[in-house]
Amino acid sequence: MTEEEKYQKLKTIVQTYLPDDVGVDQINLESNFTQELNINSANLVDIVLDVEDTFDIMLENEDMDGMLTVKDALAIIDKKIAKK
Amino acid sequence: MMQNRVVITGLGVCAPNGVGVKDFLNALSKGDSGIQYFKELESLNFSCQVAGEPNVKETNLNNYFSNVQLKGLDSSGLIYGVISGLDAWKDAGLDKIASDGQPDWDSGILFGTGILGVDKFRESIYKVDEGNVRRLGSTSVVQTMASGISAYLGGILGCGNQVTTNSSACTTGTEAVLMGYERIKLGKAKRMLVGSCSDSGPYVWGGFDAMRILPRKYNENPKAASRPMSATASGFIPGSGAGALVLESLDSALERGTTIYAEVLGGAINSGGQRAGGSMTAPNNEAVQRCIGKAIENSEIKAKDIDAINGHLTATSKDPTEIANWIQALNLSGVDFPYINSFKSHFGHCLAAAGSIECVGVALQLKEQLLFGNLNCEDLHPEIEEFISSTKIPQKTIKKELNIIAKASFGFGDVNACAIFSKY
Repeated sequence: MTEEEKYQKLKTIVQTYLPDDVGVDQINLESNFTQELNINSANLVDIVLDVEDTFDIMLENEDMDGMLTVKDALAIIDKKIAKK
Repeated sequence: MMQNRVVITGLGVCAPNGVGVKDFLNALSKGDSGIQYFKELESLNFSCQVAGEPNVKETNLNNYFSNVQLKGLDSSGLIYGVISGLDAWKDAGLDKIASDGQPDWDSGILFGTGILGVDKFRESIYKVDEGNVRRLGSTSVVQTMASGISAYLGGILGCGNQVTTNSSACTTGTEAVLMGYERIKLGKAKRMLVGSCSDSGPYVWGGFDAMRILPRKYNENPKAASRPMSATASGFIPGSGAGALVLESLDSALERGTTIYAEVLGGAINSGGQRAGGSMTAPNNEAVQRCIGKAIENSEIKAKDIDAINGHLTATSKDPTEIANWIQALNLSGVDFPYINSFKSHFGHCLAAAGSIECVGVALQLKEQLLFGNLNCEDLHPEIEEFISSTKIPQKTIKKELNIIAKASFGFGDVNACAIFSKY
């Protein structure tokens, strides 16, 4: 899977949890999930579960703590895939 | 102390015989039954395989929930409650507060339920038992907490007054109306969205089937199954859904120039203490009579002013006892007894949602000046016909001048509620 493919897949996941007044075009690598995309912090849990299903990996609680931006999430996904 | 008059300015409903006020009114007027046979209940070996479930398949849930809320949503009561609640708010001409706005401090929610989100809870139980608690997702709590329904409605609308959920079994809906009424009457809120909801499905209905209090003989004939006041009534038909009413101070309603469906004159709530014939499942008759009597007293009307009663009347063998209690409480019988009907003949017993769906029906009777007919009581119970005139139990909807209607609901735990509504 290329970095671009991973990014697109993550974008699709994140899109589901955007509030109705935030558009998918507002997602970029630097986007902070809760501060900029206005995603409810409770929904970060659901994003983690969807990421696990999509990339067939398992994230630990500590991984989630460090997952503030789209870039953070991609880095964690890369790390987990590499460990598989 | 100044007390506010309280009126009904908005209605919403998700009933087995109609989703939305227009369809519901049409079904009650025409005598359309919402009871159906469910193959699922047969395959699960239920004795009673008929039930009443609102058809929300054609309702566009995107009009009610955000995309995020729809993800993993598996709580039928919550869906019915949000549809009916938001419909009522809109019907009252009220808007949602913008997401970046200030809460509406004068508006609150009092929306009851018995148990919420059983299907979601079942999914969670399986995951927990598999040692997979981390996979529950973020909404298993909010979809299954009893107050999930008031929390969803309060958040979507932006209400800043009291936002809560009451629970008193089959009395829940009527109790919610009276609790909201009191809050406005005392000046603690200007508007209260009141109502109740109840989940659909075998996990909710199973317990009643197990108690052998549901009819077994109507699986091939669902529309004849719910028979309040009939000699052949053999148990209630389980149902589900939600009813919602916007209650508002008369001053606020007049200031906004909005439609007024009816006025809430008063009511009473009590319990029989599970004494003197009352038990977990049966009412103390004296408590029922006192509840009706108190409702009349604090509404400042006389028993003879009541034009019609919408009973609890579930279609068990206890219907004649309820009628006897009304006769005793009102001290009226024969042709002097008010008209009486039970909407449960149309859609079964919607449990925690029953009272609110039926209160919506009562408000429609007053607004439209229609008395909805009873279904399936062509063979009136002899112990009813002996004491009140059969002309007071209409089997077809009739146009009628209706000024005051009494509505009662009774529930497990020996709890009672009686509300008095009038034409405005």
